[in-house]
Amino acid sequence: MIDLSTSYLGLSLKTPIVAAASPLSHHPDVVQRLEEAGVSAVVMYSLFEEQIIRTSLELDYLLTHGSESFAEALNYLPDHGKYSVGPERYIEQIHELKRKVTIPVIGSLNGISPGGWIHYARLIEEAGADGLELNIYNIPTDPKISGADLEQGYVDLVRNIRAEIQIPLAVKLSPYFSSLPNLAWRLMEAGAQSLVLFNRFYQPDFDMEKLEVVPNLQLSNSSELRVPLRWVALLYGRVPVDLAVTSGVHTAEDVLKAVMAGAKVTMLASALLKTNTPDAYVRQLISNLQAWMTEREYESITQMQGSMAQRAVAQPGAYERANYMKVLNSYPDTGPVIPDITLQAGMLYPVD
Amino acid sequence: MTSDQITLDGNEAVAKVAYMLSEVVAIYPITPSTPMGESSDAFAAEGKTNLWGTVPTVYEMQSEGGAAGALHGAMQTGALTTTFTASQGLLLMIPNMYKIAGELTPTVFHIAARALAAQGLSIFGDQSDVMSVRSTGFALLASGSVQEAHDLAMIAHAATLESRVPFLHFFDGYRTSHEVNKISELSHETMRAMIDDELVYAHRSRALNPDRPVLRGTSQNPDVYFQGRESVNPFYIACPGIVQKVMDRFAGLTGRQYRLFDYTGAADAERVIVIMGSGGEAVEETVKYLAERGEKVGVIRVRLYRPFASEIFVAALPKTVRAVAVLDRTKEPGSAGEPLFLDVVSAITESPLNPTVIGGRYGLSSKEFTPAMIKAVFDELTKDQPKPRFTIGINDDVTNLSLEYDPNFSIEAKETVRCVFWGLGADGTVGANKSSIKIIGEETPNYAQGYFVYDSKKSGSITTSHLRFGPHPIRAPYLIGRGQADFVACHQFAFLERVDVLSFSRPGSIFLLNSPYGPDKIWDNIPVELRQGIRAKNLRFYVIDATAVARATGMGSRINTVMQTCFFAISGVLPREEAIAAIKESIKKTYGRRGEEVVARNFQAVDQTLANLYEVTIPESDAPEYAYHMLPPMTPNAPAFVKDVLGMITAGRGDDLPVSKMPFDGTYPTATTQWEKRNLALEIPVWDEKICIQCGKCAFVCPHAVIRSKVYQPDALAGAPDTFKSVDARFKELPGQRYTLQVSPEDCTGCALCVEVCPVKDKTQAGRKALNMEAQPPLRASESANWDFFLTLPEVDRTQISFNSIKNSQLLQPLFEFSGACAGCGETPYVKLVSQLYGDRAVIANATGCSSIYGGNLPTTPWAVNADGRGPTWSNSLFEDNAEFGLGMRLSIDKQNEFALELLPMLAEIVGSDLVDAIIAADQSSEAGIAAQRERVTLLKQRLSAVTDGPMLNRAKDLLAIADVLVKRSVWIMGGDGWAYDIGYGGLDHVLASQRNVNLLVLDTEVYSNTGGQASKSTPRAAVAKFAAKGKVTPKKDLGLIAMSYGSVYVARIAMGYDDVQTLKAIQEAEAYDGVSLIIAYSHCIAHGIDMRKGLEQQKLAVQSGMWTLYRYNPDLALEGKHPLIIDSKPPTISPSQYIAGEGRFQMLFHSDRARAEELMAKTADLNKAQYAHLETLAKND
Repeated sequence: MIDLSTSYLGLSLKTPIVAAASPLSHHPDVVQRLEEAGVSAVVMYSLFEEQIIRTSLELDYLLTHGSESFAEALNYLPDHGKYSVGPERYIEQIHELKRKVTIPVIGSLNGISPGGWIHYARLIEEAGADGLELNIYNIPTDPKISGADLEQGYVDLVRNIRAEIQIPLAVKLSPYFSSLPNLAWRLMEAGAQSLVLFNRFYQPDFDMEKLEVVPNLQLSNSSELRVPLRWVALLYGRVPVDLAVTSGVHTAEDVLKAVMAGAKVTMLASALLKTNTPDAYVRQLISNLQAWMTEREYESITQMQGSMAQRAVAQPGAYERANYMKVLNSYPDTGPVIPDITLQAGMLYPVD
Repeated sequence: MTSDQITLDGNEAVAKVAYMLSEVVAIYPITPSTPMGESSDAFAAEGKTNLWGTVPTVYEMQSEGGAAGALHGAMQTGALTTTFTASQGLLLMIPNMYKIAGELTPTVFHIAARALAAQGLSIFGDQSDVMSVRSTGFALLASGSVQEAHDLAMIAHAATLESRVPFLHFFDGYRTSHEVNKISELSHETMRAMIDDELVYAHRSRALNPDRPVLRGTSQNPDVYFQGRESVNPFYIACPGIVQKVMDRFAGLTGRQYRLFDYTGAADAERVIVIMGSGGEAVEETVKYLAERGEKVGVIRVRLYRPFASEIFVAALPKTVRAVAVLDRTKEPGSAGEPLFLDVVSAITESPLNPTVIGGRYGLSSKEFTPAMIKAVFDELTKDQPKPRFTIGINDDVTNLSLEYDPNFSIEAKETVRCVFWGLGADGTVGANKSSIKIIGEETPNYAQGYFVYDSKKSGSITTSHLRFGPHPIRAPYLIGRGQADFVACHQFAFLERVDVLSFSRPGSIFLLNSPYGPDKIWDNIPVELRQGIRAKNLRFYVIDATAVARATGMGSRINTVMQTCFFAISGVLPREEAIAAIKESIKKTYGRRGEEVVARNFQAVDQTLANLYEVTIPESDAPEYAYHMLPPMTPNAPAFVKDVLGMITAGRGDDLPVSKMPFDGTYPTATTQWEKRNLALEIPVWDEKICIQCGKCAFVCPHAVIRSKVYQPDALAGAPDTFKSVDARFKELPGQRYTLQVSPEDCTGCALCVEVCPVKDKTQAGRKALNMEAQPPLRASESANWDFFLTLPEVDRTQISFNSIKNSQLLQPLFEFSGACAGCGETPYVKLVSQLYGDRAVIANATGCSSIYGGNLPTTPWAVNADGRGPTWSNSLFEDNAEFGLGMRLSIDKQNEFALELLPMLAEIVGSDLVDAIIAADQSSEAGIAAQRERVTLLKQRLSAVTDGPMLNRAKDLLAIADVLVKRSVWIMGGDGWAYDIGYGGLDHVLASQRNVNLLVLDTEVYSNTGGQASKSTPRAAVAKFAAKGKVTPKKDLGLIAMSYGSVYVARIAMGYDDVQTLKAIQEAEAYDGVSLIIAYSHCIAHGIDMRKGLEQQKLAVQSGMWTLYRYNPDLALEGKHPLIIDSKPPTISPSQYIAGEGRFQMLFHSDRARAEELMAKTADLNKAQYAHLETLAKND
């Protein structure tokens, strides 16, 4: 019997398949079916501090806009309900998930203010979450803020939150750092037990008819796995934290690659969102995983963890600059290569 | 403060009692009683139980008539019942009231007494409505203050059960219903002790019950009806005694003793006033003041007006009385005297007493009634021959009935602090003051009172808050007088040039100003008049830049918290630290449920206030270069009536207008908003002529007709101001001409709908459009000059161009302009479009509601005239009868037209047979045809006028009097969904079936907007509205389908935000259709809880999501062999969730009950698809 078990954030998991933060966690019955299919933990959708603030301000606006202006209509909407404009619903959903499933439930938090991060982290812990994933999404727009400042902000945040809560702490990062290993190390020192690689930014698009910037949500595919794959492989063994791969994990092969690069778990979101039967999808994926391992006589997941990490492979340079040159040289010579520049949201559009 | 003391307004004080003592509450919104229904609905939504531990059923009906009917049924089947209403609503209940009383059925109707619509509608308080039901057999019980309203509500419920006589408990609308005061609250135990359950069981035992059946409601004949009517006499004889007994029991429980007729004053009084309602409170205080000074005066406050206990009344009068003045807050034109007066005369006549009795009217429509006026009445009673009938509080220079009074006479205690706050509707001033009253009332030993005055506009409304507080109970049911305030605050700097904000200030008092200028700059930047006022009254002057503090703390334009903190800091009513703590506690209570961020921002605003508050040192002299003056209320070139009469109202001096200045039949000139430059917008749209494509969409959607386009010959530009913009016109029918898009800066409200709808993007900067918002003040002078010049450019020749496109239609002059509607209103663009297309020959019947308010509320009205003096002629009858009202107009016009056509051949020899034939055969289906007919009719009238004798003289005169109707008239019947779907539906249905040529325009906001957002049958499922606080369960009524079922009605559903061309087409087809047309227009509304700037976007989403499918059903198409129904929008392409994301009315339910919201929205999505499929089926069927 092949042993698919792994550990992550100090939690013993039956498989390396984790449901990443996604809208699926809004639906406890779906998560329940995923658990039955073999998903070993679930990361809740993110609690966004600015969303809470915005909802609160919107509600206030609704209830006050136009009020006390005209003698016949001193207000326009009834105001005597109890409103869930704070984190109440999120907290209730953690409770509900905890009631319905036995797998670990990991909260996900995206804050904007120092007080907000800590306040909501505590609430998530109190709600019974088994771990907390910090989803840090900070796109700098101020030219005066240096990369070092930004990174220090991340480190300070992790240290502060670590000091306030007891449950395991993961940090989800973007790939856009000058020296990711250095940052990873400092985050580890600050108290992060896991790094989740990587956050997928939702890059805006242009509507050419309306000349407007529009949000454009595109689900990932397996080709996107290569960025986290490389960085997990580089970090594995260098920074002693649990590594998790997210972005581009769709197939059993993707899972195997991630684990071999050094991931303790792989997190799936797009793959599950693309199908109407995510539980069947997971079953098939695990079946394929087992078949692959059986065919090649692997005994356990732990056996292969980090087996293809940079330190473990025969040609470690493949992860570094040499590989870049090799790829360029292998490109058909059809003229000058035009760099494919991807505009980041923060480069053009202030997010605050 | 003792534990039972609470600070609240009269409506809430009554609702608290009525709800506790009822099981079935039938409600319908009408000002100023609506908040009682809203409170009851809210209590039920919260699950609050009544005295017997069950949650009452609170049920909204389609009209007050419906509410009375439902209650009648409920009480006949044994329920304890109540309702709340006022004014026209009470009139609609009259038929049932006779029945209810005739059947001796206990119930209590609570009435916020209000004026009746006569020469004009008024939402304000008097007792005309109550007096109209005095013959129904209901007992009438009057309260005069918030405390009394609370107490007598209880007494009414107890007395009705014992007496079996139904009760109408009333108190003055606004003055009591909306006054906030500190009162003692009745406990559950007191209410329990007041109600004898045996009487409840007795009521139950009389209920209709098939287990012991009876019959009620027989039809009676001459033989017995009379005797039957007399059979109730014992109950009415017993009723006053029962009421007094209940009052005594109440006194035993609470210590507050009421009597049927409460006398206060000198035991040996010679002069006595008799009065009921809040005026009695003022008289009582004045009597105490005068009696202390030795005057032999007294007052009888009538509590129980019906049944009128004459003997008890006479017994209450001091035997020394020599003269009595009876004051009625109502008017009965043509009567011998007003009702209370006549009752008093009758009682005294039958008594041994023989005083002089005079009768006067006061306080109609919340007209102020002050101690000064009361003193004048007492003074009148000292005369040997006082005026037998008089008025007080106005200057009647026509019939000279009014008494003169000294406005400076005041009785207010020195210890009472009086404060007046000038605010803008949107800035939270009133809310902050309500909070301050609660703080003072509940956190200090002081008593406190608040009353709030709003102006007549829905956008940019100026509010004045009148606050009193002090160590004694505040019994002053009148505004703070001019020159009497200890503290005046002006919360908006822009008011300084429009309003005399210091008029209330007493010498040596405090003036606080929210100002963008600091203490060193402020003096140079205020009008000369204000400087003079500050110096003359020797005021202490403080400034704070509250707007900056609010912005810095994330409060936006809401400066309320900042100004409230300043008030407490300066007034010293509480030590500063305590005051700040109390304000914060109040913030938590008010905003806590809205989330932590809201509370945090308010806290920050409080904390950052005091460091920005400065006292201003008044300079010895003024720098002349900074002298500027206040603006006149009306522009100097306005007509005399506008300046002399309407201008007085605008300036807040309408009270000073004498009777002779008022039109005696309620007829006012139109086109008067143009003279009132309100300067509301902080930002206005600025035209970028270089990139504009001249599509006309901006003018099409502008709710206030402040952005207009004209095409004109180049030479018309002679004399244009330097900054006037003009480009080559891009109109193929008008080659070689110039085009200008012009904004009226002083009339614009800054809603920005025009910018939102502008389809052009600047190629060099995609964020800019052909219209962009820019600050108004720097542009005001230049753009005003441009606007004035623009108005001198010729209007388009209506006969030379087709108006089937948006851009062409917007060359037509709007004859509905600068209304007081909300900024960004979703109704007025449709109204304006009708005025552009047909205004020069339109007759409009307008249902009561938003459109009658922004269309007809004084001082100025937006219906306008063209250069020929033609324009829409408009009238508002009632809320419930508008369709019939409009049909009557059509019948009248058709009849006159028919008569004119009969007369024409008779006069052919005189006026010319060619002319007669041409008039009779005229094709008036086009603008050219109408213009030609106008010319013929002008000629006809000239020829008829020339007839001065002969056998046909009378016929000529007959025709001359009605000849105008030979030019086609366009009859429009307009109103909101409350009218069309609910209260006026019966009449509307009848008109639909009439086949007469009328156009019904339903401005569908899906809610009763004018009264503050109560659910109508148009409200969509899942939307939260008042009276549907848990989200409406039933789907929106499909009025269009119902109308289509006649087969003879033109029906269109339109939404200009989705398809403006379809809107234009539908309105044109409706007018062209020679029969009944019904247009249902999606009108985004402030009551939807939307960003009004995004109103058109919401319209678009509503259509795309299937919430509002567009169609036109044209019976004429069937005559051409085509299918009459055309669906103008696609099947739902987006989920309703995308639409409701921008609508607070739906989001509220997600915040409060997500599961229910999701369930209702899922049903809505299914229904949208099904309804579309149904329409498709109909469109295919033969």
